[in-house]
Amino acid sequence: MSDTVIRNHEPNYLEYQGRYKGIFAWIFSTDHKRIGLLYLYSMLVLFSIAAILGLLMKIELIAPGKTIMDAQTYNSFFTLHGITMIFLIVVPGLPAVFGNFFLPLMIGAKDVAFPKLNLLSWWIYILGAAVALSAQFFGDGPPDTGWTFYAPYSFRTGTNMLPAVTGAFILGFSSIATGINFIVTMHRMRAPGMTWMKMPLFPWALYGTSWIQVLATPIVGVTLLMIVLERTMQIGFFDPALGGDPILYQHLFWIYSHPAVYIMILPAMGVISEIIPTFARKTIFGYKAIVVSTLAIAFVGYFVWGHHMFTSGMSGTALYTFSILTFLVAIPSAIKIFNWVATLHKASIDIQTPFLWALCFLFVFMIGGLSGMVLGALSANVHLHDTAFVVAHFHFIVFGGTGYAFFGALHYWYPKMFGRMYDKGWANIGLAVFFTGFNTLYLPMFYLGMIGMPRRYYDYVEEFHGPNIVSSFGAMLMIAGLVIIITNLVRSARKGEIAEADPWKGKTLEWTVASPPTLENFAEIPVVTKLPYDYE
Amino acid sequence: MNNSAHIDEHRDDEGAKTGMWIFIFTELLLFGGLFIVYSVYRYLNPAAFHLAAEELDTFIGTVNTVILLVSSMTIAMSISAIQYKNKKLTLLLMGITIFLALVFMVNKYFEWSGKIAHGIYPGSPTLMEASQGEILFFGLYYAMTGLHALHIVIGVAFIAYVMRMVVKDEVQHDNFTILENSGLYWHLVDLIWIFLFPLFYLIT
Repeated sequence: MSDTVIRNHEPNYLEYQGRYKGIFAWIFSTDHKRIGLLYLYSMLVLFSIAAILGLLMKIELIAPGKTIMDAQTYNSFFTLHGITMIFLIVVPGLPAVFGNFFLPLMIGAKDVAFPKLNLLSWWIYILGAAVALSAQFFGDGPPDTGWTFYAPYSFRTGTNMLPAVTGAFILGFSSIATGINFIVTMHRMRAPGMTWMKMPLFPWALYGTSWIQVLATPIVGVTLLMIVLERTMQIGFFDPALGGDPILYQHLFWIYSHPAVYIMILPAMGVISEIIPTFARKTIFGYKAIVVSTLAIAFVGYFVWGHHMFTSGMSGTALYTFSILTFLVAIPSAIKIFNWVATLHKASIDIQTPFLWALCFLFVFMIGGLSGMVLGALSANVHLHDTAFVVAHFHFIVFGGTGYAFFGALHYWYPKMFGRMYDKGWANIGLAVFFTGFNTLYLPMFYLGMIGMPRRYYDYVEEFHGPNIVSSFGAMLMIAGLVIIITNLVRSARKGEIAEADPWKGKTLEWTVASPPTLENFAEIPVVTKLPYDYE
Repeated sequence: MNNSAHIDEHRDDEGAKTGMWIFIFTELLLFGGLFIVYSVYRYLNPAAFHLAAEELDTFIGTVNTVILLVSSMTIAMSISAIQYKNKKLTLLLMGITIFLALVFMVNKYFEWSGKIAHGIYPGSPTLMEASQGEILFFGLYYAMTGLHALHIVIGVAFIAYVMRMVVKDEVQHDNFTILENSGLYWHLVDLIWIFLFPLFYLIT
């Protein structure tokens, strides 16, 4: 009894007063929970900007010809949209926000292994973001290469590429630092009794993700460095005029950037693996299969980069190999889908907002995954390469997969993070509007791609007009949904009902501590004896 | 330093070393990207690479290799010295390591400025008249040895920082993981040079 009383008086991490006051208590904090929130707030601001850019692009496409912007502006918009969304939000997103906040809580640790390095990686993130975005404001106009910085255009274009590429390079260090931190944390700081096979699945997903971050990011780092040298010093690696090979750039870029897709999606799968057993009140089906498939995705994901380059010029052997490997990587993803669905079988499901997000995730992720198979097939790829079909496919995966999981995670862990509950009614309405808008926006783009509409054009011929109107209308609806969702969450952080420690009846360790958690997370480090989803 | 005092109490030597090893992997992969580019262009331009490599001064390259190997030995010895609680010797050996690194950089300076005096540097008029293979060779030469030299500078800064900790007794015989980590980093810098040296100077 006395224990409970003491714990109630201990300040939670939001109230805790350290050496610094005001905003400095946050930006100099080495508490993993505060760092998680720092990332969350930074990303929400950047996400809003990038989402509005996306909306403006869809409004431009509502009719053929110039509608609200000229071609060059459109080019710089999709470049900025891509750089911000990929490098600043989707790649770091789930690990940096929810990994930071919940990894130590879920494995029963007081913090990550290197708290100062953790804070440093947030600062590097902010520095990288500032450098990348500064490209917009000076020099000879905003970058217009798209987020892939393809050679030789990236060093021939007169626009302000240098800060954009340098910013992406700097962001790599943030990613590497977080990856190292998480790997060491999981190796060294799991609670007594928590063997690897008793670790919850979100940490497992982060483990796979961290290894990809550590092993793939340096390659893109040095590749972007080569672009910087190419622009500043005429070094010639990718310049055909000097003997270089632009295709080599594509190889090096995708050696990282394809595994990066798995950096985006693995933690998303981890989140879904947490949400589903909690609301199904049932042990997850095939825990080991999910763990093994996580590692299999992380591993096979390294060897499929060539499928971005089917039309760039490669030998026949390379084409077939990359195509087969691409099909192979779909197997572990499908295993997970079957595991989640099997978990729901004969479960007493409690339908709450996070669960609805998980269900929507399953729907859009399957469409995204299966359309990926279409693109992985060589003959179909030749027809669909660089069309709106590709744009639809990766938005279904990156936004539909990672984005839904991000919002699902936010709704799932929100009461733990802020100690308050959001308005569930508005949350569900927001999800319904968002989900409808999302599908109205991206489904027509599959069709547009199949009938031949190229991506990255601000203009199109009259026969593409109909589906584009539908798609642009969907974009507006989707943004409206996002406004509802975010407003509800922001408002509830101050005014929501006080949440209990375990509002969803979850069984993992983060639900055993107070909401919000105290600075030290656990008054006493727990001893783990059971499997993570023990509902028996 | 920070507002959560409990964090400073946490000490995990094994964890710190694991972190360093993973970081070293990332460094190897960083150079790995450049080694891939090197091997592709060497395969495509064998004759030009042969011709260009003869421009390099094998003598300076050999001297620098010996210097780095010795400096790797002295930093390793300093780790032993701290375990024998010999603070003076530790500092001396670390000082020698830094001194050797500086000698390496001075040699590098003369080597590079010699090349530049001959008009061989990326984008130079002389080089632009040479064959494409030679342009690529010297592009790689400057990029790879330049990136390596940057690592030397970082390594020196790291070792100097740890030296300060030894002086202030923050690194002692029972708490020297950061010294070990700086040594690991220094061996990495050495190791990369062991590959750069034959690739540029010896294989012709």
